[in-house]
Amino acid sequence: MASNVLANTWTLTKVRVRLAMRNRTFLFFSLFMPLGFLFFFVMVFSKGDSPWTAFILGSILTMTVMGSFWGLSVQLVTFRETGILRRFRLAPVGAGPMLASSILANYILVVPSAAIEILVTKWGLHMQSWGNLWAMFLLITVGSAAFSAFGLIVASVTNTMQETQVINQIIWTAFLFLSGATVPLARFPHWIQGASLFIPATYLATGLQFAATNLATLSEIATDFVALALGLLVAFEISRQLFRWEPEAKVPGRAKLWVLAALVPFVAFGIYENVAGHRLNRIRQDFQLLDTREAPAPPSDVH
Amino acid sequence: MPEPIIAVEGLFKSYNSNGVIVEAVRGLSFSVQEGEVFGLLGPNGAGKTTTVEILEGMRMPDRGTARVCGLDPEKAGSEFKQKIGAVLQSTSLPDKLRVKEALDLFANFYTSRADTESLLKRFQLEEKRNAFYSHLSGGQKQRLALAMALVNNPQVVFLDEPTAGLDPQVRREIYDIIEELRKDKKTVLITTHYIEEAERLCDRVAIVDHGRIIKIGSPRELKHSSAGTTRIEVRLARPLTNGVLSTLEGVADCRDFEGTYVLHSTLPPRTIVALVKQLEAENNELQSLEMFSPSLEDVFIELTGRRLRD
Repeated sequence: MASNVLANTWTLTKVRVRLAMRNRTFLFFSLFMPLGFLFFFVMVFSKGDSPWTAFILGSILTMTVMGSFWGLSVQLVTFRETGILRRFRLAPVGAGPMLASSILANYILVVPSAAIEILVTKWGLHMQSWGNLWAMFLLITVGSAAFSAFGLIVASVTNTMQETQVINQIIWTAFLFLSGATVPLARFPHWIQGASLFIPATYLATGLQFAATNLATLSEIATDFVALALGLLVAFEISRQLFRWEPEAKVPGRAKLWVLAALVPFVAFGIYENVAGHRLNRIRQDFQLLDTREAPAPPSDVH
Repeated sequence: MPEPIIAVEGLFKSYNSNGVIVEAVRGLSFSVQEGEVFGLLGPNGAGKTTTVEILEGMRMPDRGTARVCGLDPEKAGSEFKQKIGAVLQSTSLPDKLRVKEALDLFANFYTSRADTESLLKRFQLEEKRNAFYSHLSGGQKQRLALAMALVNNPQVVFLDEPTAGLDPQVRREIYDIIEELRKDKKTVLITTHYIEEAERLCDRVAIVDHGRIIKIGSPRELKHSSAGTTRIEVRLARPLTNGVLSTLEGVADCRDFEGTYVLHSTLPPRTIVALVKQLEAENNELQSLEMFSPSLEDVFIELTGRRLRD
């Protein structure tokens, strides 16, 4: 039974990866657009080989990983609305393999994109060091799975593509602008910084930014990792429970509140971090450290 | 008599459609023997698809029992799905999935797997093996759906309106495929609102209307049990005066469809003799005459007072 579940998950994963590779829109949004942003931000905000290049890489990696959220929710709703899911329902495949394969396939696709971004930043944009690659790898792994699961939960509680797009847009905006992924968190007023600790994306963004700038050790990203891992488990289970195969199977209004259940781990971490205050202090200190870090002197002319 | 492979008893299913309760299936009962091609014939909204989807395990009945291969479709899960194949009325596949990939993908889910190369050949999809699903024509998509329904060598095949919306030539191709299934002794349950399909393909037909079976039997039995009239279509050299044909012996009904007179007669031989005499008397000539024996459509009209596609 368990071997069947694993075999079906792997079969579906391979097909999903193949389908994604044939989708030009996917390639544009997951590979070319983040690279475009990387070049743009480095050119505008990071002159020469300043430590800000690594910080920007952390932000770009965050956006790449968070993209899973949009991609998977839209894909699941499309599959449901066009009747693709009901064909799979006839086969001996459960909701678990359907959802797990989409998370796994997305991870397989995110890792090369992230690797390309790291390589381009190091070799093409002269990043000073490789950063903490292990910490980045772990955060990309758990982040990709967690944000995929958040996307699946949105798809599970929305009834139409239009509704999915609206909810996605609201959540995405909060993820993008309140997490520090675009504007560094330390630049926000303190009350926004406190509020940001309730948002899953904050743990991914700050974790990746400081892993990329080599300011965080593996043990120091443990909180980010645990928060995202718990979010992943809760979101996956909720989306599995609310999974619907049929386009006409509508979810009742009250079930939408289950989305909030996926945020429980982040509410708990948010309260703890706000009370303890260690995390925000650390973010502010690391940010100041980045500001005061000097870029290596340019090579002197040899005559 | 052996145990039926499909047994349905007192099935009920209703839906809430914007606050209005719609009873889709109202006490349906029938059984299908192994190797039989059984048809559910009825107009749109008769409850055929709901019934089939209950038998496929995709919907739960409100009341009644359904058993397929000795299993309860609602509860049996994976074991049940291994035994059935189906063509759904409304379904799709990812646009960028290739034909051969689709067959291999679905074959991988089952313990018993048909050779997908043979399926490609049998369903004339060899040339399209690398084509994306979105590039297939309607007929090719339907052939692929049929091939996918057979990837697990199923004991029972459900075909829900397998030729709906297809042009006549493609429809005939699908008929050939279903006839092959019959030769292979597969049990097939087919829903349709096409008379020709039911008459040509089914060993037995259940005529369904408003969620109930109103008559069940072989197409021949159903037609013979009907008190239906024979349809006689005639074309004449010159039009006749209104109402003359209605007075001929045995004629129950007569209509003029743009120069073709359609007579419904309970006594066809006498009607024809009377017609010839009438034409001689009027110095008119017969250009063509065709006779049609009672069809399942006539049976449906007789039982419900409506045409199948009303």
